[in-house]
This record gives sequence, C-alpha cells and structure tokens, in this order.
Amino acid sequence: MELFVFVCATAMIIVGALGVVLRKHPVHAALSLVLTLFGIAVMFVAQHAEFLAAVQVIVYAGAIVVLFLFVIMLLGVDQVENLKTEPLAGQRWIAGVVGASLLGLLAAAIYTGADSVVSRGDGIASNVVGDNPDANIQQLASSIFSDYVMAFEVTSILLVVAVVGTVLLSRRRTAGKS
Amino acid sequence: MNALIVVPTTTWYLMLSAVLFTIGTVGVLVRRNPLVMFMCIELMLNAVNLTFVTLGRRLNDIDGQAIVFFVLVVAAAEVVVGLGIIVAIMRRRSGITVDDLAELKG
Repeated sequence: MELFVFVCATAMIIVGALGVVLRKHPVHAALSLVLTLFGIAVMFVAQHAEFLAAVQVIVYAGAIVVLFLFVIMLLGVDQVENLKTEPLAGQRWIAGVVGASLLGLLAAAIYTGADSVVSRGDGIASNVVGDNPDANIQQLASSIFSDYVMAFEVTSILLVVAVVGTVLLSRRRTAGKS
Repeated sequence: MNALIVVPTTTWYLMLSAVLFTIGTVGVLVRRNPLVMFMCIELMLNAVNLTFVTLGRRLNDIDGQAIVFFVLVVAAAEVVVGLGIIVAIMRRRSGITVDDLAELKG
C-alpha cells in the first residue's frame, strides 16, 4: 500500500516539476507547481507528518501559488516565453552538465551515508499508530513552543519585516513626495 | 508472500528529493522569466522539506518536522519580498527578463 502511494505521489511530483521547468506559459508553470506541492503533501502524510501536510496545502497551494498567479495577472507577463532560442550560447548544455553532476553527487552522498544514519531521539507520535488522534500536532507543538520558542518569536519579527518591506516596495510614489 | 511486498525505504525518499532538487536547479539555470525562476526555487525548498521529514522519521525525532515548519514560514516571507521586488522592477520596465538587469555590470 505504501509502495502504491509512493509511486503515485512520485509521478505527481516529477510530472509537476518538469511542467514548471518546461512549460512556456507562466500560468501553466504555476499550475504544475500546485501538482508538485500536492504530491509533497501526500509524501508528508505517508511519513506521518499530518500537520505539515495540512500546512503545506494551506500555505503553499493556498497562499503562495495564488500570490504567484496574482502577480502574473497584475503585471500582464503572461505572454509565452520563447524557449527555442538560447539567450546565452551554450547555457542549456552547461546547465545539463551541472544538473547531471549535482544529481550524481547527491546520489553518491545518499548511498554512502545511508548506513551511517542511526536512530535517536524520543520517537515520533503518529495519528495512525497512537491512541490519541492529535498526537502528531501535540508533539510538534510541544517541540516548537518549548525547545524552539526563541526561533518561533524571531519568526514573528521576520514576518513583520517582510510585510512592511513589501508595502514599502510596492507603494507607488506620489508626486510632491520624495 | 510477505517478502514480495516492497516497502519504500528512506533511500527512495531521499533519491526522490535529490531528483526534485536537481530539476529545480536546472530550472533556475535555464529559465529567464523571473517568476518561473522563483517557482523553481520553491521546488528546491520543497525537496529540502521532504528530506527533513524523511530523515526525521528515520532518526525517530520530531525535530525534523519542527524545522520544516520554520522553513515554510521563511519561504512564505521570501516569496512575499521577492514578488514585491519583481513587481517594483516590472512596473518600471515591462516585459524584461533577468538578462536585462545588468546595471551593476562593470
């Protein structure tokens, strides 16, 4: 069963990722991104990270992709990009070489390091295995709000800075003011 | 009978996220539209998130999921600021690609 879920989610992720890279139209690329993000959410559920799967769907598919589509619509940059011509000579070729070597490097690292990983930690409570249906959320919350509460507070500052910065960036300069 | 049932291992998930990260990297290198380049960066972030969750399960540690939570927040902030910059640039000069932004070239 887990194999079936893995194969289906892998197909979703790979097809969506290739769609992002290869589709000429930016709107089609954004919709392919949604497919990949849903595939990742399925992978999260398969690995007993139920809360993160919900957050993934809400934040990524619900907020970030909608933001992308809004910007595409706002700027009117939805014209088709010409993928036939190469802007820089030899760029595609070098990009292919870099991608292949990066994949080889990552695969080598995974295969050599897979045996050195040893289990530690207190264990992960799961909604499926445990008796408590909210076990995953409770364990994640106790981790974030006790061990990582400082990082959580810094995150709030980051969000305020991002909001204020974006408002300043996208403000239209009015005549008479600097 | 049980021996025939193949269960995906940690290595499978890690290889999938390696492939996803590579596709995102090649996309950033190849595409010239700044919005599509941003989407490719999101692909790379998602590959890293999948790695964190996979190794969190393998190491039996909830910290892998906690850090994905923070990565999601930082990714959201990054997209908001990045799209704000793109809107500010595009409003001044419409229809440009990243190759046209070369004012700092010496």
